[in-house]
Amino acid sequence: MTVLVTDAGFTADTWDKGYTPYGEAANDVIALDVPSDVNPADIAITPSLQMIRIDFPSFADGRGFTIARMLRLAGYKGRLRARGHVISDQYAMVRRTGFDEVEITQDLAARQPQDQWQFRADWKDNDYQTRMRG
Amino acid sequence: MYTYNEFDKSFIQTRNAQFRGQVERRIDGSLTEDEFKPLRLMNGLYLQLHAYMLRVAIPYGTLNGGQMRQLAFIADKWDKGYGHFTTRQNIQFNWPELKDVPDILDALAEVEMHAIQTSGNTIRNVTADHFAGAAADEIADPRPVAELIRQWSTDHPEFQFMPRKFKVAVTGSTNDRAVTRAHDIGLRMVKKDGVAGFEVIVGGGLGRTPMIGKVITNFLPQEDLLPYLESIVSVWNQIGRRDNKYKARIKITVHEHGIEEIRRLVDERFSIVKGTFSGIDQQRLAEYEKQFAAPEFTAKSDAGFKDAYHNDPVFRAWCDTNLAAHKADGYSIVSISIKKHGQTPGDATSDQMRLMADLAEQYGHNELRISHEQNVILPHVHKSDLPAIHAALKTQDLATANIGLISDIIACPGMDYCALATARSIPVAQEIATRFEDLKLEHEIGNLKIKISGCINACGHHHVGHIGILGLDRAGVENYQVTLGGDHTETAKVGDRAGPGFAADELVPAIERLVDAYLELRTGKDEEFIETYRRIGLAPFKVALYPEAQADAA
Repeated sequence: MTVLVTDAGFTADTWDKGYTPYGEAANDVIALDVPSDVNPADIAITPSLQMIRIDFPSFADGRGFTIARMLRLAGYKGRLRARGHVISDQYAMVRRTGFDEVEITQDLAARQPQDQWQFRADWKDNDYQTRMRG
Repeated sequence: MYTYNEFDKSFIQTRNAQFRGQVERRIDGSLTEDEFKPLRLMNGLYLQLHAYMLRVAIPYGTLNGGQMRQLAFIADKWDKGYGHFTTRQNIQFNWPELKDVPDILDALAEVEMHAIQTSGNTIRNVTADHFAGAAADEIADPRPVAELIRQWSTDHPEFQFMPRKFKVAVTGSTNDRAVTRAHDIGLRMVKKDGVAGFEVIVGGGLGRTPMIGKVITNFLPQEDLLPYLESIVSVWNQIGRRDNKYKARIKITVHEHGIEEIRRLVDERFSIVKGTFSGIDQQRLAEYEKQFAAPEFTAKSDAGFKDAYHNDPVFRAWCDTNLAAHKADGYSIVSISIKKHGQTPGDATSDQMRLMADLAEQYGHNELRISHEQNVILPHVHKSDLPAIHAALKTQDLATANIGLISDIIACPGMDYCALATARSIPVAQEIATRFEDLKLEHEIGNLKIKISGCINACGHHHVGHIGILGLDRAGVENYQVTLGGDHTETAKVGDRAGPGFAADELVPAIERLVDAYLELRTGKDEEFIETYRRIGLAPFKVALYPEAQADAA
């Protein structure tokens, strides 16, 4: 079991439609699992796509932030999830780059409980980007 | 100068509270040491050889008297009464306790300063020409743009966990004092048909693979700056190598993919990113330009200055080396040397900091600058005040007349502090400075840049020194390689390696032979060391460096 983190805190994962691995994708894919070394421009955003899950193999691998942002700029409006080694200190970055939610392990959830994630649920505040972009 | 608004203040307070929490969460185990490390680094906190080190940002090298005085206060309260000015226009405190660091950050916030992104795999403190806003040769003041970049890059959500660090420098003068060609991105302010913009240089850097940056666009309109920077960093964050940290910098990405391919990828991304900027950044830039407006210069008699210049040879020598041309009549730019012979280059005591703060407030429109050459600058001083300033500087050992000379050495902290170092740098700098002071030769030698790094990461910029010195470890023994002909300016060049390295006790005599050869070979006193080197090349200097090789061949 994994734990899902949103602005509301920890919730159970309600996504039950599974994921298609990137590379096996077809036109009618509903949910896609994307590793961190993918060129975001190569991800086909099809009308059937409802969920994209981007892997963070290590919290130090920041490629997922760029992938998420480029997907949003390419017009993807579905659910966008970060999965793997994301720490609570990165929650604001995750949300600001366009993710909706984070999927973490029980172990990580035990070590960094809900309050540590909700500490950054204020990710819309104190953001230089909104000042620079208008 | 830039003054924080409510947003900036709130940002810093919140950020400091977050870091205070991170320190507590490290202690209670919520964060592993691995996880805590990048978080402390992006807040300026390193773990050095003997202790933590806090690197405080001095954005584009500009600070006021009150800020300098607060640095002195921090040095006294939480460190050992001194600080170290660095080649990135920062200041480092070498002995803070981890538990005190959140309080130090709060003390910095009181004077609108911080340590954000002075380390880690982030966009680092943006640097600029240390004579910005004062130099006679300036096209435009680079600091408003540098402040814009500071805000854009601060806590940028996409760019906090990049392949490696990323450094940006800006110059507003054709005489490049910001080493723009040795930065991940170098920006040169230019005008084309009366329109303000930038030449953008990408992929420069020193370190173990020195590269001179390449021009990615020779004219970028000013309003495209942030989206274009963002496009470069975004492309690199995606394709930069993460398998080997020594190949992670953008200079390697540019080298491996080629500048044409990088330009194509950046242009493609720019076409997507550009639309996310409404143009409000340009309104903000216009506000910052007002904040950086030059002080009101006054016309006063400089008779006192002229008298002192003619009658006091010590004052005259100091003026001849330590002053630079100011854009306003009757004014000078004063460089205060933090390189007294035999002292640690870049180290200033709290008393020295307080004196410099006083002088800035009393005579210098309350402005100070830190140069990448590790000196402190009073950018706006009327000549009539120079005798009083010189007299005051003498009381704190700050009146050394050696700017640009052989003892004005850039040196990294080396093995005296740094965990990465393979050799000592500071004692080498001290010995060279002391030796040429004893010989009373340095004014005769003239302009000569010696730069010393204690390992191949090249924090001491040795690749671009006229004489570069690189300290290595050869089977447990310090060994120093010499490079010649490096250049950090608009004609940037990586120096040529002269030959085998020297043991620590052989190095200073070798430098002396090199300098003697220059004095003999130059066409006259007007020909600087670097000019002689460019004219005659490495060979004659090699003869001077390695006389025994010549004897063997004979």
